[in-house]
Amino acid sequence: MKKIEAIIQPFKLDEVKEALKEIGVDGMTISEVRGHGRQKGHKEIYRGQEYNVDLLPKVKLEMVVPSARAEEVLQALTTAARTGKIGDGKIFVFDVEEAIRIRNDDRGESAL
Amino acid sequence: MPCWRLVCLFTLLLPAPSLLAQTVAELQARVATLETATRAAQSAGDNAWMLVSAALVLMMTGPGLALFYGGLVRRKNVLGTMMQSFILMAVVTIIWAVVGYSLAFGGSSWFLGDFRFAFLNGVGSAPNPDYAATIPHQTFMVYQLMFAIITPALISGAFAERMKFSAMLLFSVLWSLLVYFPMAHMVWGKGGLLNAFLGGAIPCFDFAGGTVVHITSGVSALVCALYLGKRLGYSQPNVKPHNLVISFIGACLLWVGWFGFNAGSALAASSLATSAFVATHFAAAAATLGWLAVEWRENGKPSVLGGISGCVAGLVAITPASGFVKPFPALAIGLMAGVFCYFMVTRVKRWFGYDDALDAFGVHGAGGTLGAILTGVFATSAVNDGLKNAAGHVLPLGLVDGKASQVLNQLEGCAIAWGLAIVGTLIILKICDMTIGLRVSKAQEMEGLDLAMHGEEGYIFES
Repeated sequence: MKKIEAIIQPFKLDEVKEALKEIGVDGMTISEVRGHGRQKGHKEIYRGQEYNVDLLPKVKLEMVVPSARAEEVLQALTTAARTGKIGDGKIFVFDVEEAIRIRNDDRGESAL
Repeated sequence: MPCWRLVCLFTLLLPAPSLLAQTVAELQARVATLETATRAAQSAGDNAWMLVSAALVLMMTGPGLALFYGGLVRRKNVLGTMMQSFILMAVVTIIWAVVGYSLAFGGSSWFLGDFRFAFLNGVGSAPNPDYAATIPHQTFMVYQLMFAIITPALISGAFAERMKFSAMLLFSVLWSLLVYFPMAHMVWGKGGLLNAFLGGAIPCFDFAGGTVVHITSGVSALVCALYLGKRLGYSQPNVKPHNLVISFIGACLLWVGWFGFNAGSALAASSLATSAFVATHFAAAAATLGWLAVEWRENGKPSVLGGISGCVAGLVAITPASGFVKPFPALAIGLMAGVFCYFMVTRVKRWFGYDDALDAFGVHGAGGTLGAILTGVFATSAVNDGLKNAAGHVLPLGLVDGKASQVLNQLEGCAIAWGLAIVGTLIILKICDMTIGLRVSKAQEMEGLDLAMHGEEGYIFES
C-alpha cells in the first residue's frame, strides 16, 4: 500500500476531488496548511507597519491506495492540480506498513 | 342721558369687573397649565434624547471599543483586551455613584468638586439648573457616567497584550480619581478653571470632551507605553491584527455611538444637538477620506484598517468642536485630523519607537490636541450663542468670530490636560508597579492574556 501526500493550491481542491472520484478514489483526509517552496509570499501593511507574509495557505490531501493503483492516482492528481505556475505544490509517496478498518478490524488492502 | 337709562347701564355693567376678574383668573390658570405642559413636553423630548444618547455612549465602550481594540490584537489576547473595556463598564459605575459624580460636578471650586453629591445624594428627578435645566439631574449624572467609563478604556490601547488585569483595575480606579474627575470638573464642572460657560478663569471650549476624554487618555496612553516598554516580539511578522472584521464592526459602532457622545452633549433635543450631530458626521467622513487618500498614495492600496482609523481620528478631533462649528469647517477639521493622525501613527511612532500598541496616543492624544486647538479657530456664536456677557449680549467665540485669543485659551487648556495626564499617570504607574506589579511575566505574555489572566480562549472552532 502506498500513502500519497499531496500539497496543492486551495482553489484546485474541488477539481482534484472530482478527478479522484472519477477513478474511484473517494477516501481521503484533507487539511488546511501553510507553507511555501520557491513561491514568493506577499506584503501586508497595517498602519504603516510592513509585514512579509511567506507562509501561504495550501491544502494537503492524504490518501492510502493499493500499490497497484498508485501510478493511476498520481496521474489523475497531477493533471487536475497543475496550473503550470510556481506554487502548484508537491506530492510525496510513502510505503504503508499496515491499514486497519476500525469498524470491523479488516486488515491490509481490504481495509482501504 | 335719562336717569333710568343710567340705572340700566349701571346694573348691566355691575357684574363686569367681577366677570373680568373671573375671566382673567381663568386665563391665568389656563396659561399656567399650558406653561407646565410645554415645559413637560420639552423636558420629555430632551430627556428621551439624553437617555438614548447615554445608551449610545455606553455602546461605544461595549461592544464598540471592545471589538475595535479586540480585533487589532493577536488572537491569544482578544478576550483579555475586550475584558479591559468591559470591566470598566462595571467598575467605573460604582466609583461614579459613590464619589465620582460628586468630585466631577459638585461644588464650585477650580480644580475638583466636593462631596455634596456623594452616594448620589440630591441627584434625583428634579433638574440641576447649573448643568441642564430641562432634564432630571439623574439623567445628566448617568449620561456623564458613560464618558467616565470610556475614557480609561481608551488608555488600554497603549498597554494592550502585556498589562496584568489586577494592575489595570487598580490603575483605572486611581486614574479616574486623580486625572479624570479633576479634568472633568475643570472643563465641565461649575466654577471649573477651564469652564468658559460657568465662569472659568481660563475660558476653554470643549463641547464633548476633546481635552477631558481624548487628550487625557491619549497622553496617559503614551506615558504607559513608554513606562511599560514594548511587547515581546514587537515588530515581528506575527504581531498583526488577528480579526479586522470585528475591528470594522467596532469602528462603525463607534461612529454611530459618537452621535450620542457629541450631539448628546447639547444636553437637550435642540437645534444645537442637530448642529453637533451634523458636524460629527461630516468630520468622520472627511477624516476617513483624508487618511485613505494619503495611504493610497503612500502604499498603493487603501486599507480597511486605514479607513476605520481615519474615521475614528476625525471623530476624536471634532469632539471638542462639535457644538461650536459649522458643517464645512467640521469637514476641514476632519480632513486635517485624518492626515495628521496618519503621520502620527505611521511616522512619529516609528521615529520614537514607543509601542503604543493600538495607537491610543496617535489617534486620541494627537487628534484630541489638534481638535481642541482648531476649536479655537472655528468656534462661532452663529452656531452656539450660549456665551453671553453680564448684559445678556452674545459673545464671539473663536478666530472666525474675530476672537483670535481663544486659540491661546485652547492651548492653555491642552497644556493643563497634558500636564495632568503625564504627572498623574506617572504617579499612578509607580504606585501600581510598587504594590502589585504592572506587566505580566514573559511566560504569561507568550501564552496570551486570555489563558493567563482569564483561563479562556476566544475562538474554539472545533467544539
